[in-house]
Amino acid sequence: MLIRALRDEGVEYVFGYPGGAALHIYDAIFRQQDVQHILVRHEQAATHAADAYSRATGQVGTVLVTSGPGATNAITGIATAYMDSIPMVVISGQVVSERIGEDAFQETDMVGVSRPIVKHSFMVRDAREIPEVVKKAYYIAATGRPGPVVIDVPKDITSPFETFPYEYPEKVKIRSYTPATRGHAGQIKKAVQLLLEAKRPVIYAGGGVVQGNGSELLTELARKLNYPVTNTLMGLGAYPGTDRQFLGMLGMHGTYEANMAMHHADAILAVGARFDDRVTNAVNKFCPNAKIIHIDVDPASISKTVTADIPIVGAVDSVLTDMLALAKESEETPDAAAIKNWWQQIDEWRDNHGIYIAPRYKQADSGKIMPQDVIKTLHEVTKGEAYVTSDVGQHQMFAAQYYLFDKPRRWINSGGLGTMGFGLPAAMGAQMADRDAVVACVTGEGSIQMCIQELSTCTQYNLPIKIICLNNQALGMVKQWQDMQYGSRYSESLYEDSLPDFVKLAEAYGHVGMRVTEKDDLKAKMEECFAIKDRVVFMDIAVDNSEHVYPMQIAGASMRDMWLSKTERT
Amino acid sequence: MRRIISVLMENAPGSLSRVVGLFSQRGYNIESLTVAPTEDETLSRLTLTTIGDDHKIEQITKHLNKLIDVVKLVDLTEGAHIEREVMLIKVKAAGAQRAEIKRCVDIFRGQIVDVTASLYIVQITGTSDKLDAFLHAVGDASILEVVRSGVSGIARGEKVLSL
Ligand SMILES: Cc1ncc(C[n+]2csc(CCOP(=O)(O)OP(=O)(O)O)c2C)c(N)n1
Ligand SMILES: [Mg+2]
Repeated sequence: MLIRALRDEGVEYVFGYPGGAALHIYDAIFRQQDVQHILVRHEQAATHAADAYSRATGQVGTVLVTSGPGATNAITGIATAYMDSIPMVVISGQVVSERIGEDAFQETDMVGVSRPIVKHSFMVRDAREIPEVVKKAYYIAATGRPGPVVIDVPKDITSPFETFPYEYPEKVKIRSYTPATRGHAGQIKKAVQLLLEAKRPVIYAGGGVVQGNGSELLTELARKLNYPVTNTLMGLGAYPGTDRQFLGMLGMHGTYEANMAMHHADAILAVGARFDDRVTNAVNKFCPNAKIIHIDVDPASISKTVTADIPIVGAVDSVLTDMLALAKESEETPDAAAIKNWWQQIDEWRDNHGIYIAPRYKQADSGKIMPQDVIKTLHEVTKGEAYVTSDVGQHQMFAAQYYLFDKPRRWINSGGLGTMGFGLPAAMGAQMADRDAVVACVTGEGSIQMCIQELSTCTQYNLPIKIICLNNQALGMVKQWQDMQYGSRYSESLYEDSLPDFVKLAEAYGHVGMRVTEKDDLKAKMEECFAIKDRVVFMDIAVDNSEHVYPMQIAGASMRDMWLSKTERT
Repeated sequence: MRRIISVLMENAPGSLSRVVGLFSQRGYNIESLTVAPTEDETLSRLTLTTIGDDHKIEQITKHLNKLIDVVKLVDLTEGAHIEREVMLIKVKAAGAQRAEIKRCVDIFRGQIVDVTASLYIVQITGTSDKLDAFLHAVGDASILEVVRSGVSGIARGEKVLSL
């Protein structure tokens, strides 16, 4: 009944791992064709793969795990999806109803353990509830501010020995749940007015624009107004990365021009972004002169950390549609002279320190490959069109800075939770979403080892992803902080003597391994890697191990306060 | 500022833990909490008191509203309202103390609901302040046990918290 409900919900793939409490469900999977199960090697990977499948397609990802350790292994992935508002349904087996509460074998209170990191959860108490619960779970996961939903299913509920009449509901109504749709017309009018009067406007777009399918509308609005746009780490691709009006990412490792523009702005249009501490730096010094318009589907996100002058609760696409219509109708137009001056100022910032105008990093004395150059080469070789997943660390920030995404849903990373181990399973999910696409996983030698076992899953399902490992022989981001704040005391961030031979490791799983150590080989090897269409290629690239990510905001200060290199600051 | 928030929520397993969990997860404190089914048995009404500035209270109500099980809620302290708390208190009442305590109970319009040779059980109803005042009046030395129900409240006038 459960699998039938998934089929009727239109679920194509389930990422999962079997075990005792889920065996009835697994038997049902065996006896049908519609829902395809992808067997991962660790439940964490199932959640990340389903999560990335969702990020790439906009559909709800589905996970199936057993009780106890299966369920707890899924927790990191659920938390990752929760922090980034990714719609996902996680079905966990549970011990039989009668045993619940007795510390039975492989019993974990999954509803309890997952409570703070889910949008909602269900415990099924009667098999007859299954269709409705499934329908509700997908509805809740996908609507409003999306998020993960857990369905905990005691084993007896899925017993094949009892049958019940089955009907899949066409619609659900939940009296206590009415996600916001259209924004308030009066507020939208005020917002457009404020925008048109602005002299130094910035559009600050986050993951909500990607998730809420608002990229095209946002782009149209920004172009119409000729206003500068910056994207958050989660929002990359929401506005085309190679466009003239794009300032780059903002925040902790944002570009100089994006952070400067934010700090000096007189009006900020925040769309589907949440004024995260990694963006704002010290909240009390944030954008001192700006009036803030904040569009978000989640009322609780508005004025949580930074107070909005014009809050608009509504779905991003609907609100942007209304704004665009008003902006077109309006007799007023932006103050051309002021906007021209503003662009002049921005171009000056770009000329001085912009990373897209000229490289702001020096080639290493050691002659080693610079990590930034790896990403630039990746962008060139894949023509900027790959799905790029990433792990967490310096490599992630280099990827975010230097791979300029022109389309939404192409950049897939764990922004909110910062989960090392995300990249490889996420690449699998993205490849499942689009079997013909080029999928690259940008990772570090640290992160990749957190879900390395998934190389085996790639073999089983022929997922020809490309692993671009920026091997700096260290937990680079940790080491960077230790350089900057702890007198270069590298406490537990080094392990160079114990790293595996990644080339052999890849080969052991049946994949292609490549090692790159010379600058001059980088491009040719990268081309060779992407020319191999039908196999996983693991590129282990030895990069300079003393490089830091810059710009970097100075903690406790405003957005304009940044380190620009090891010695230069604003 | 002290606030009384009244919440109508699905009378379903897990609802209460979600509300309580929200408070600990987000670092909000709960001063008191009462919950019971309503005349509509599919709904429970939960009343909680908390302390916070406007910004914090706004966040609390927004996050409560976000919980799928929460149907409706109202911050009673925003308007005229009636609040009540019930307290049962076991006090030593021997010798001269007996009359003294009886008088005190009368002043606070409480009732003595159980008696032994050496103690009374007193019931007092009112605002939390009144209950505090009674405890103060009786004095720590005589108090053996106190149990308070937590605050319940309802808006004055036409305003109704229902579906
Ligand atoms: C699961 C997990 N544990 C710890 C961290 C803290 N952390 C953030 S970045 C980082 C280092 C990552 O090293 P690596 O993958 O080699 O990337 P690099 O920074 O060297 O590019 C660590 C340990 C984390 N984000 N996730
Ligand atoms: Mg590293």
